[in-house]
Amino acid sequence: MKIHLKIWRQKDAKTKGKLVDYMLDEVDHHMSFLEMMDTLNEQLILKGEMPVEFDHDCREGICGTCGMMINGQAHGPVPGLTACQLHMREFKDGATIYVEPFRAAAFPVKRDLKVDRSAFDRIIQAGGFITVNTGQPVEANTLLITHETAESAFDSAACIGCGACVATCKNSSAALFTSAKISHLAKVPQGEKEAAKRVLKMVSRMDEEGFGHCSNTEACEVECPQGISVLNIARMNWEYTKANLLKD
Amino acid sequence: MELDAKIPAGPLETKWSQYKAQAKLVNPANRKKLPVIVVGTGLAGASAAASLAEQGYPVTSFCFQDSARRAHSVAAQGGVNAAKNYQNDGDSVYRMFYDTLKGGDFRAREANVYRLAECSLNLIDQAVAQGVPFAREYGGYLSNRSFGGVQVSRTFYARGQTGQQLLLGAYQALMRQVSLGKVTLYSRHEMLDLVVVEGKAKGIIARNLDTGLTERFAAEAVVIATGGFGKIYYLSTLAMGCNGSAIWRAHKRGALMACPSWTQIHPTSLPQSGDYQSKLTLMSESLRNDGRIWVPQLPDEQRAANDIPEQERDYYLERRYPSFGNLAPRDISSRAAKERIDAGFGVGAQRNAVYLDFSKAIREQGKDKIKEKYGNLFSMYKKITADDAYAAPMKISPAAHFSMGGLWVDYELMTTIPGLFAIGEANFADHGANRLGANSLLQACVDGYFILPYTLANYLSGELKKEKITTDHPEFDRVEKDVVTQLDGLCDIKGTKTADYFHKKLGKLLYDKCGLSRSAEGLTAAIEGIKILRTAFYKDLIVPGTADEINSELEKAGRVADYLEIAELMCHDALSREESCGAHFREEYQTADGEALRDDENYCYVSAWEWKGKDSLPVLHPEHLKFEFIKLSVRSYS
Repeated sequence: MKIHLKIWRQKDAKTKGKLVDYMLDEVDHHMSFLEMMDTLNEQLILKGEMPVEFDHDCREGICGTCGMMINGQAHGPVPGLTACQLHMREFKDGATIYVEPFRAAAFPVKRDLKVDRSAFDRIIQAGGFITVNTGQPVEANTLLITHETAESAFDSAACIGCGACVATCKNSSAALFTSAKISHLAKVPQGEKEAAKRVLKMVSRMDEEGFGHCSNTEACEVECPQGISVLNIARMNWEYTKANLLKD
Repeated sequence: MELDAKIPAGPLETKWSQYKAQAKLVNPANRKKLPVIVVGTGLAGASAAASLAEQGYPVTSFCFQDSARRAHSVAAQGGVNAAKNYQNDGDSVYRMFYDTLKGGDFRAREANVYRLAECSLNLIDQAVAQGVPFAREYGGYLSNRSFGGVQVSRTFYARGQTGQQLLLGAYQALMRQVSLGKVTLYSRHEMLDLVVVEGKAKGIIARNLDTGLTERFAAEAVVIATGGFGKIYYLSTLAMGCNGSAIWRAHKRGALMACPSWTQIHPTSLPQSGDYQSKLTLMSESLRNDGRIWVPQLPDEQRAANDIPEQERDYYLERRYPSFGNLAPRDISSRAAKERIDAGFGVGAQRNAVYLDFSKAIREQGKDKIKEKYGNLFSMYKKITADDAYAAPMKISPAAHFSMGGLWVDYELMTTIPGLFAIGEANFADHGANRLGANSLLQACVDGYFILPYTLANYLSGELKKEKITTDHPEFDRVEKDVVTQLDGLCDIKGTKTADYFHKKLGKLLYDKCGLSRSAEGLTAAIEGIKILRTAFYKDLIVPGTADEINSELEKAGRVADYLEIAELMCHDALSREESCGAHFREEYQTADGEALRDDENYCYVSAWEWKGKDSLPVLHPEHLKFEFIKLSVRSYS
């Protein structure tokens, strides 16, 4: 199939970027979107041009590295997918596809489609963990966690930190990402003890990083490749309010 | 060179506790004077960095990804083993030790493997304390399932995303130390060389992938936790960035490489569908708990799977290995699949796959139960292939997966360069010639959380009073210059073929000659083929742009340059081992019914290789394995 690409090219955060046109004549519909990008890059390199830089690694939808806006949607048109698992069979022969980086003030562009998502790591550093040392923990089965609780904690813990929720949000809010971690740790007994401190620190860090506020449009859940629920945001708000009310 | 594995004396059960009791400690006040570098932030690297930082050593940690959370441990699906015996099905540390040693075809050290099984008990406790949401029974107790090569249920799991959850636990522990200022983390940095001063590892040269500039880092010890190099096959289950560069550069600075030819070819990957393909995706081995593997009895079968009646199907694993059946170990299952595919019974468009069928399990347990157990794997399968595996069998095929070889390390996980440690998949230890499922996450975690923190301290205690080396030392100048020369050299070739072109050629050659089966003839031809490819690489490579900017093509080129050397060593290693064991199947050495034929008399050793320069042959230093506690036996699963 033939594909017409309009790809955002930008040398670095300081330089102005623009959409550049590319044509691919022989795209196999079994290719993944990133394999199609590889094909383009191979052609650019052989012509002596710089390839399009994009982040990617595991290519099985779990590492969270890849991420780009495809026709205005984070990770493209199919719900519940990362860009690496999107396949060209989802597009029509002759289609024009717009490819742009995830855009958010807190995610500055490094080059082309590569952005800096280290703000997410700093949110985790603010308290997205359980304060336990390594080496000598207590026997695991002394801590009973019901099947339902473990499953529900898992639903929140499954976030891959790709940033699609931020990119798709009109306010560039990191509420879904942050709330997923807060929920995961607040739901299990190991994490309860410092839940209040955790939510206050993580939310405040999220604000400092320049993410916007959540205004409950729920676009993040729609675009999340892992189907992380906006109910996590409700829980975060509950934990946050509770922590504020009960703090000394 | 006489290799000393430094295995403590005494009974198997007390070796590790004896070691810990006698290992030297470093006074807490002195620990801050002993900085440590940890390269890699997967399960091994993150757990090691967090543990060492908690003890008070200043840690500098590196990963090439944009975030420490993205290391490839994240992709491991099935589970992690621990001999907890929660199911009361007869499991024990000894049984796990024996299964692992047997699974590895008796080509690993008894003491190491016993320690792995022993420490497995603590790991589950550690992960649960960190909040890892393992599967639970309705009463709240931890749940288990079974994996290939064993007859007990000792695998703990978090749906099909166990690696992700364990990694997030380790990553969060690491982030906690970063926030406390105990770990300095450099993401988007790739280790490109090791600095050795007066015979000891004292630092690294890394390339900042954001600026392209090389940077120097000094420390009192260097820990390599960069995972395996199975991506050398190009098509593999590994992430695109997985590479062998850090271990290979360390090898060229004097660390021996052990058993590089032992690469696990995983039986349950999705088959290749075209030439453009960049990777193969793994379906968890846990699927074999309920899925039955078969091929049609007739060659070149054209009917769809569901149209082939039961009596015309060949459930070849159940037929050949009745007691383990679909849960036969990976090397056995992969080889059996290859045998059927090569004999003309393969299925799918390219006739390169076998069926993994859930219809019986769905009939007996209901679709909902199967969905609960493997739902995410079925949906992943659908995303990639557009097929519904609830309605028709999955198509699976063997793919390169895990490196059992790596840097040679002693019982303390130290390489032959004092002060250089290698942990997790980057070292060769524990798995022998084949790794049993769910032991990889275990080894990575155990090395980082429970072993290295003791053995590294033991080493560092001797370094306290030695003169401190800084990055001003002339050796840093020299090594950095080598790195810059290599990077500029790659950019200056200005040929006509990309790094991927050479990588794909190399991968194909390795699959054909040094993959699921090997022969002296094939390996000899491969060594010549690799040499020709390497010459072509340095003549005809094209890397656009320069070394001092973001340049992912240059990153790839550097990795392929190393693969072109590692590949040759792999073939030498495979050629020198004139027997079949685990993942290493030499066609010349097999039984009448096609099973691997081991030669304990001549090859019961770890082959450790020394680098002698690019135009010289590598030199073999065998470490003979001594079995004091178990008797070697023929590995039978029938």
